[in-house]
Amino acid sequence: MSAPSLVFGWNDWLTLFVHFLMLSLMSLGGAISTTSEMQRYLVERQGWLSQTQFADSVALAQSSPGPNVLFVALLGWNIGLNTGSMTAALSGVVISMIGIMLPSTIFTYQVAQWAHRNRELRAVRAFKQGMAPLVIAMLLSTAWLLASGGGKGGEHADNWPLWLLSAVSCIVIWRTRLHLLWMLAAGALLGALGIV
Amino acid sequence: MSASLFPNLPSPPPASLQTPEPDRPRPMSLTDLFVSFTLIALQGFGGVLAVIQREIVERKRWMSNEEFIEEWSVAQIMPGPNVCNLAMMIGTRHFGLAGAMSALAGILTVPLILVLCLALVYAQLAVHPEVQGALRGMSAVAAGLIAATGLRMAAALGKNVMPLLVCLAIAATGFVLLAWVRVPLAAVIALLGGLGCVLAWRGLKP
Repeated sequence: MSAPSLVFGWNDWLTLFVHFLMLSLMSLGGAISTTSEMQRYLVERQGWLSQTQFADSVALAQSSPGPNVLFVALLGWNIGLNTGSMTAALSGVVISMIGIMLPSTIFTYQVAQWAHRNRELRAVRAFKQGMAPLVIAMLLSTAWLLASGGGKGGEHADNWPLWLLSAVSCIVIWRTRLHLLWMLAAGALLGALGIV
Repeated sequence: MSASLFPNLPSPPPASLQTPEPDRPRPMSLTDLFVSFTLIALQGFGGVLAVIQREIVERKRWMSNEEFIEEWSVAQIMPGPNVCNLAMMIGTRHFGLAGAMSALAGILTVPLILVLCLALVYAQLAVHPEVQGALRGMSAVAAGLIAATGLRMAAALGKNVMPLLVCLAIAATGFVLLAWVRVPLAAVIALLGGLGCVLAWRGLKP
């Protein structure tokens, strides 16, 4: 699937901005947990990004130092590039990052101290424990979508060596303290040699 | 530049409501916060949490391990990137809003510039099948990393106030709805998150 060519008006940028604003407040467990939702919206519903661009953005951000949330900047960057200019790409970065950071930052700044002081409160504990299973589900569905290259019928859905690599990385990272860089390097090598 | 050289600096004016213990090393300035978190972010590949813990608790000793775990549990349940939330909360403790913004800017700015450079370089090289293959491989590893993070957190479900089977049922239903049925996240949070909160509320003693 090649990159779509887009004509973006102000209302499209606004739609994108509002989408990230909303996701920001839903991003319990980190922005990465809303990745499956972003994929559903940006790739499947709006067609603003190709699946390859989406997956590449996540992979590049993961293999670069810093918080995982930076993949959102790359999504904005690629959407901007799809409209045809570098200026648009930079606008995409700014719009996406402000969108994904602003609400959660304001909310967390206000609430974190309150929650810290009231951490024994029943409502705080109920929220924390009640959300835990869903946060895990969000992470696992993100992993699933990344591994399959876009869910059922995704471009890697039948690529079993790639599935095997994901599964092995998962177990190694889960069970050992091996530095992540080694795993990323191994994945890069296997991919470059055409094994996966 | 290490703040631990000056363990007896006077306590700051209480910018936030919690004041750190007086003899605890603390960031010296907003610049110190910015630089510290920039360096932390640059060491974190595929996640910054482990690096934050090592730098802030073990090396700089800005907070104790127990304090760190408490702050982390709050940072985790807040919306937004966990490590950004955590950086912000640490900044807030020492310098209020300005501290929060310095720490946040520190953890984001330089890594953001780096990742954009990486994207530019990748765009030049993407025509080579080897480079595409390498990124495909790294993407598979990234998928494994995210799943592993989920599984690590799942270990804590045993201590949840809800029975383990209920937790697993909610998690499995959530996975099916999000990954296979592709239900919008807001609906799943309202439905399963709401259910979880109600069950946990009832399970907790008043």
